[in-house]
Amino acid sequence: MIGVSHYLILSGILFSIGFIGVLRRKNLLMLFFATEVMLNAVNIAFTAIGKYYNDLGGQMFAFFVIAVAASEVAVGLGLLIVLFKKHGSLDLDTIAEMKG
Amino acid sequence: MESLVYIALFAPFVGSLFAGLFFARSPKNIVVGIVNSSLLFISFLASISLAIHVFSHGAVKVTMMEWIGVGDLLIPFGFIVDEVSVSMMVVVTTVSTVVHIYSNGYMDHDKGFNRFFSYLSAFVFSMMILVMSDNFLGLFIGWEGVGVCSWLLIGFWYHKPDVSPEVNPAISPSYAANEAFIMNRIADLGMLVGIFLIYWNVGSLQYDVVFPALKEYAGTVTIYLIGITLFIGAMGKSAQFPLHTWLTDAMEGPTPVSALIHAATMVTAGVFLVIRANPIYDMIPEVSFFIAALGTFVAFGAASMALVNRDLKRIIAYSTLSQLGYMFAAAGLGAYWVALFHLAAHAFFKALLFLGAGNVMHAMHDELDLFKMGGLKKVMRGTYLYMGIASIALAGLPFFAGFYSKDAIIETAFNEGAYIIWATLVLTAGMTAFYSFRQVFLTFHGEERYKEAGLHPHDMYTYVLIAMSPLAILAISAGWFQEEFHNFIIKLLPDYVMSEHTHHLAIYLGALVVVVALVGIGIAYLKYARTGKKAFKQDAKVESGFFYKLLINQYYVPHFYRFAIIEPYKKLSDIAWEIDKRVVDAIVDAIARVIYKSGDASRGMQNGNLSSYLNLMGAGAVVLVLISAIISLIG
Repeated sequence: MIGVSHYLILSGILFSIGFIGVLRRKNLLMLFFATEVMLNAVNIAFTAIGKYYNDLGGQMFAFFVIAVAASEVAVGLGLLIVLFKKHGSLDLDTIAEMKG
Repeated sequence: MESLVYIALFAPFVGSLFAGLFFARSPKNIVVGIVNSSLLFISFLASISLAIHVFSHGAVKVTMMEWIGVGDLLIPFGFIVDEVSVSMMVVVTTVSTVVHIYSNGYMDHDKGFNRFFSYLSAFVFSMMILVMSDNFLGLFIGWEGVGVCSWLLIGFWYHKPDVSPEVNPAISPSYAANEAFIMNRIADLGMLVGIFLIYWNVGSLQYDVVFPALKEYAGTVTIYLIGITLFIGAMGKSAQFPLHTWLTDAMEGPTPVSALIHAATMVTAGVFLVIRANPIYDMIPEVSFFIAALGTFVAFGAASMALVNRDLKRIIAYSTLSQLGYMFAAAGLGAYWVALFHLAAHAFFKALLFLGAGNVMHAMHDELDLFKMGGLKKVMRGTYLYMGIASIALAGLPFFAGFYSKDAIIETAFNEGAYIIWATLVLTAGMTAFYSFRQVFLTFHGEERYKEAGLHPHDMYTYVLIAMSPLAILAISAGWFQEEFHNFIIKLLPDYVMSEHTHHLAIYLGALVVVVALVGIGIAYLKYARTGKKAFKQDAKVESGFFYKLLINQYYVPHFYRFAIIEPYKKLSDIAWEIDKRVVDAIVDAIARVIYKSGDASRGMQNGNLSSYLNLMGAGAVVLVLISAIISLIG
């Protein structure tokens, strides 16, 4: 029987994958993917817990996150295209400009 | 009547603001002089009308506003115009009106003309608050106000550099100003303690509440403490020993300032305080007698220092000290009205003397050494006349102002049976006559020593000489109104009448004083006034004598202060400075250095690479999660 703990474990694994992606990836586009993975890991946890407690709030929150993520991606991708046009690359090491 | 009180009080203040706000940075503007003098004259007229009103209808009491109201403490900003304060008001406004007009001529060529008038009027305003206040706190405000104005005016020529004390005992105007201010601070602390004691015991500072309430404290330690601490304040302001050294150094200020502040008005504030607080001093005869003894001591000591001094203004300053001593002697012996009478008479002739000295300075291009003057009477007739009148009044020759008031003080001492005080005061009267005429003779008679310096002295502007005439008239005639003044003032102050025995002897006592004074004048004439072969010459043998050295060095009191107080204080300050540098500054610097160094070290984090930022952020998030997990496990 698949219980709430399985969902939470899946969510934890996905979140860790996304987190490691954020830490290790140098390509901005890949960073975006990684953050999407983290967001969706959280969505899984929300819906699973919402179902577990018979509370629609969890699922509602998941929808909110999806909406916010979609708009974030729309804005983010636009910025990415501008960045790419400016630098010809999306590699973080090459586009770093501020030096302390 | 209320509006007259406000006019008398605020007219000088308006003048001060007018000069200070609108003309502070502009060049000399004669409008300032005229407006301020007129405002002072208005204040004078208001004071005279108030005096007439008080004479026929009694005291005027006004409360302008509630000033401090905290808990049980309630201090209104109130004024009382009674017999004592109205006498002071008339004296203050008379002298200051003359001094204001005089300053138009004296400060003619000074760059700080407008500034000078602003300060001078502010001083008169403070002095009016001092004498008119109906409570001790208002008196204290005025007390401090005159202190500040005195500081501003002594240091008026603050740009003059410091010189060694051998060249000029006052070192520089700014030094003298600070000396005066700091000496007064010491005394004001005493006075403040006295005011606190009054409030602590009585719960009010209003004169009409305090004095009846303090009657219950007769014979207790409290009343002695109050009397002593208030008198310490009076000692500072009136420059009594041991806080007297500032007054002669205060002569560094412009001469109109010396005339107004350091002769006629401010320095008499101490005497005024003792007169005002007479119900307190009546209850503590021992302290009162000490005041009288100290006053006599100062009268004698200051007169002796004036005997040898060569500086025109310093001699008059010593004379002021000496006359203040007389006033304290009278007040200490219980003859408060005599003290107030001498205060008023002294204000007129001493201001006149100072203004005359100012004319001489003006003519001699700021030369003050008497030995470089002489024979000036030919070129400065008006000033000669004025200074002659003032010196006769000061010496106490019959029918001049000083004769009546000083004679009354000496008679009081005799009447009280204080024969030592009496004898000292009589002797001092002779010395007073000697030094004041020594000064007149050295300045105006004898050989024309000024010619060696190539000077061409000329008398002051005519309008200035005319403006001085009211003081001259009062210096002659103030004493004629002794009976009227007596009847007027004893409505408020306790009366003091001579016993029958003294009354019989009064004529002989008066004659004795006059004879002593005449002897003093005679000696001065023989020694200093003659020309030709018998003309005055400096005598090196006299000047190396012990007493001459003692007197010219002011009994070495300033030296003592310099070596016993100022020098150790400087050393202590140096040590404190080292401690400050090595401990306090070091700690502050260390804190700054830690922050600076840590910033420097962590600067490398800011490398502009988003990936490394994210790594750091992730690490931070993990650490936070771990910490909260650990806390929740423990908790």
